[in-house]
Amino acid sequence: MNNTQRTTGSVSGVIANLVTVKVDGPVFQNEICYVKLDDVDLMAEVIKVIGDTAYIQVFESTRGLKVGTQVEFMQHMLEVTLGPGILSKNYDGLQNDLDKMEATFLKRGEYTNPLDDDSIWDFTPLAEIDDVVRAGDWLGQVKENWIDHKIMVPFSFAGEYTIKEVAPKGQYKINDTIATLIDKRGNEIKVTMVQKWPIKMPIKAYKDKPMPSKILETGVRTIDTLNPITEGGTGFIPGPFGCGKTVLQHALAKQAEADIIIMTACGERANEVVEVFTEFPELIDPHTGRKLEERTTIICNTSNMPVSAREASVYTGMTIAEYYRNMGLRVLLLADSTSRWAQALREMSNRMEELPGQDAFPVDLSAIISNFYARAGFVNLNNGATGSVTFIGTVSPAGGNLKEPVTESTKKAARCFYALSQDRADGKRYPAVEPIDSYSKYLDYDLVREYLSKRVSPNWVDDIERAKNIILRGKEAKEQINILGDDSVPIEYHLRFWRSELIDFVILQQDAFDDIDANTPFERQQYMMEFVLSIADTKFNFTSFEEVNPFFKKLINAMKQMNYSEFNSDTFKKYLSEVNDILNERRAE
Amino acid sequence: MSTKAFQRIYTQITQITKATCTLKATGVGYDEMALVAGRKAQVVKIAGDEVTLQIFSGTEGIPTNAEVVFLGKPPVIKVGEDLAGRFFNAYGEPIDGGPEVEGEEREIGGPSVNPVKRMQPSKLIATGIAGIDLNNTIVTGQKIPFFADPDQPYNQIMATVALRAEADKIILGGMGLTHDDYLYYKNTFDNAGALDRIISFVNTTENPPVERLLIPDMALTAAEYFANDKNEKVLVLLTDMTLYADALCIVSNRMDQIPSKDSMPGSLYSDLAKIYEKAVQFPEGGSITIIAVTTLSGGDITHAIPDNTGYITEGQLFLRKDTDISKVIVDPFRSLSRLKQLVIGKQTREDHPQVMNTAVRLFADAANAKTKLENGFDLTDYDERAMAFALDYSRELLAIDVNIDITKMLDTAWALFAKHFSKAEVSIKRSLVDKYWHE
Ligand SMILES: Nc1ncnc2c1ncn2[C@@H]1O[C@H](COP(=O)(O)OP(=O)(O)OP(=O)(O)O)[C@@H](O)[C@H]1O
Ligand SMILES: [Mg+2]
Repeated sequence: MNNTQRTTGSVSGVIANLVTVKVDGPVFQNEICYVKLDDVDLMAEVIKVIGDTAYIQVFESTRGLKVGTQVEFMQHMLEVTLGPGILSKNYDGLQNDLDKMEATFLKRGEYTNPLDDDSIWDFTPLAEIDDVVRAGDWLGQVKENWIDHKIMVPFSFAGEYTIKEVAPKGQYKINDTIATLIDKRGNEIKVTMVQKWPIKMPIKAYKDKPMPSKILETGVRTIDTLNPITEGGTGFIPGPFGCGKTVLQHALAKQAEADIIIMTACGERANEVVEVFTEFPELIDPHTGRKLEERTTIICNTSNMPVSAREASVYTGMTIAEYYRNMGLRVLLLADSTSRWAQALREMSNRMEELPGQDAFPVDLSAIISNFYARAGFVNLNNGATGSVTFIGTVSPAGGNLKEPVTESTKKAARCFYALSQDRADGKRYPAVEPIDSYSKYLDYDLVREYLSKRVSPNWVDDIERAKNIILRGKEAKEQINILGDDSVPIEYHLRFWRSELIDFVILQQDAFDDIDANTPFERQQYMMEFVLSIADTKFNFTSFEEVNPFFKKLINAMKQMNYSEFNSDTFKKYLSEVNDILNERRAE
Repeated sequence: MSTKAFQRIYTQITQITKATCTLKATGVGYDEMALVAGRKAQVVKIAGDEVTLQIFSGTEGIPTNAEVVFLGKPPVIKVGEDLAGRFFNAYGEPIDGGPEVEGEEREIGGPSVNPVKRMQPSKLIATGIAGIDLNNTIVTGQKIPFFADPDQPYNQIMATVALRAEADKIILGGMGLTHDDYLYYKNTFDNAGALDRIISFVNTTENPPVERLLIPDMALTAAEYFANDKNEKVLVLLTDMTLYADALCIVSNRMDQIPSKDSMPGSLYSDLAKIYEKAVQFPEGGSITIIAVTTLSGGDITHAIPDNTGYITEGQLFLRKDTDISKVIVDPFRSLSRLKQLVIGKQTREDHPQVMNTAVRLFADAANAKTKLENGFDLTDYDERAMAFALDYSRELLAIDVNIDITKMLDTAWALFAKHFSKAEVSIKRSLVDKYWHE
């Protein structure tokens, strides 16, 4: 592109962050421009063009903006900068490095470098001279924290290239040339460790995207045991306020067996992000023993930060996730909350006086959400390696009612549904994932069932079904008991109810704030599930319904103590034998 | 504000609506303040040479040839130590008969704190109220509203909390306060000898409703001065945020914006978040804690105002009348302080988290038993005991007029457990039971 002839324009109108600009040349949809306000340049994006008027959304407060202010168009879309050094960074929605800002208060128009130009990286070449390569192929790698960060042929390179030169093993800065490529026409192109990519475009530098088959282990029992999500899968967590969306996402960020975690705080509370800033440098990744912070990048556009940058934040997160996926890594992308992103779209659409859809959301909301979720997935790379982006978003439905546009659109796009229920949260049954309504469509995938029968046990998928059945029957029994009264139903009804309570208390409920209970490895989940199911199969002697309740309460209490103890430790075994004693008291021969 | 030489003056208004007027003017900045026939107004739209102004007190009687003076700056407040002890209106003008405050002029509604420059809130605020300290502990830097029906004594409770909270400054942002409530706050603070730590920005029902929109930003800019510049512990009381949102609704309707749920503007979430997110703990020790009131209509929390608030704040405190003891309590079921994890069991005794959860669970058992009773079923022995526990729990802990420290609250809870239940029924970590259970 020709940088010498940038289009310019001048402001002709302002309503909040929607600004109209009279332009003197060509502009394109989603082009980035800068509004030259006094001593600061405010970044903005073209969102509509009519004749010589460009409608731009400014990513900052437009306070004091006047008609006639100059605007310069940059000839590129909103991009992220990709290269070593992204991990452990705290970015805003536009990928500004928040730690590089001096002042306590955010200053509008202050944009900081997402990477560190002067850091030195140990480079090892992976490609050789005369290799034929294409976009996304690995040229070399550097150690980023403990991860092998691949330096790739830039994603924007079309077609095939031949390697003329690769830098030898050694120390380099990100802007040093690490390879020289030759294109079909014989032009030489220099490649550094840095590339840029427009955030609204999916990165597709991989071979294909097969059906996901492996389970992403999260240590959260209600997910792994009941409704597992796959590597490269999609899921969402809708729930009324205060029901545990953020706590659940933080648990996933801490425990999930992924190589990289990208957390996007999208229009939510700053204090929650601060919690992550404070905790993650202290916490240890249970899988590698390294600091959690080392595998995590945080993108935070909290609710008081500019609304239009909120929309960008989820795309920034997704693009970074796709970048690491192309290195053959398992990436988990979390976004809290995608409703805030939808609301940002709504605010803008209303300002543009577009025809509103349901609840005044833009009419194409559903398509926007589907396109976004479609960027997740498990991929085979050109070199045979695999990578994945697993995406789990939260949804904050207005009034807690799941029949609203964002929830409904997301339900069409995501394959796992973890519905948080107000009743469970009120009863402090955390995590408040409603076991009956929630689902994982992956359990229907043959490949996933096969995987589970090998990874866990041949009966595992059946066990899951049985557990769900017990929960359902328990709920029905409870309803009957409520209608007919405790003593007017057969004892079996009480047993059904208490079997489901047993699963609820021992498997589903999990204390996110207890060091041991918070994270349950798969082996332990299998052990407890099989134990609980065996209890559900056991016949007990009861002469009256009044004996059922105290028996199960005692049992649940002892089993919860097991959950709080180190797996297979002495304390664990002590409670186990206590549990067996309780069971033996009433075991029918 | 008096007119000055450099200010631009216009006298030709081309359009007048209920809330706005439009005129041809140049060199006007977005958000800039103006005077229209002496009334305060703010630029809300610029289209070419047409500028639209929102007139805070309404456009009744504004003539097309009214004098329009642009003031060249957004709304501002003068900050300084002299703010302490003073009462102001929505524009930051004294209403207590005292002199204008001298000090540095600051724009209100300024930018937010860089998240990486924040500290995690960590200091407990003790109020003596078990419904708060025991069940929903609050900390400095938190933002939390009372959800209350209009007939509940929320202003009295807020004043009590404010006075017990040991804040360096208490900043009251009153929106649509009745004159009596305004006087109530004034007298309560005065009687407590606290007037010199109080700053009030008040819009009463006698003032135009749209003016309220300035109150939170005024209060919070003053709060930022004390918390950030002076490292003080500042408590901001905002009452009633429902009336604030109503004013937003009035403006957006008058400006023909497309309403979303409950005829509220689509930007309600962002508008409220910008206010509440000013709550912050600074690393240097200063903090802004926001305690607000959101009145409910008919207890409906799915209405857009409480709903959006709940999604923004760090929990909510529900007030309800407990019919068993005929006293107001902070409802243990629907109330929640999100930040309690940061302090309970750490700055308070180790058994705090489990005791709190267990007591609430047993209280819930009692509620179920009550439902059973109402439906005409027989109660089990356990049901009876749960109900007896609930009565004691309400009377000795939850009642809003109980004023004890947290350790006392915990001891009381253990005593009630032992009085009504067995150890297995209580189901608390064994090590804690061994230590704190006294028959
Ligand atoms: N697994 C859990 N274990 C214990 N407590 C929990 C758990 N999950 C949630 N909670 C409690 O619920 C509170 C609210 O949770 P969280 O902040 O995750 O809600 P949310 O759904 O994200 O709400 P919002 O929509 O307002 O952001 C937490 O502060 C905590 O007290
Ligand atoms: Mg949340």
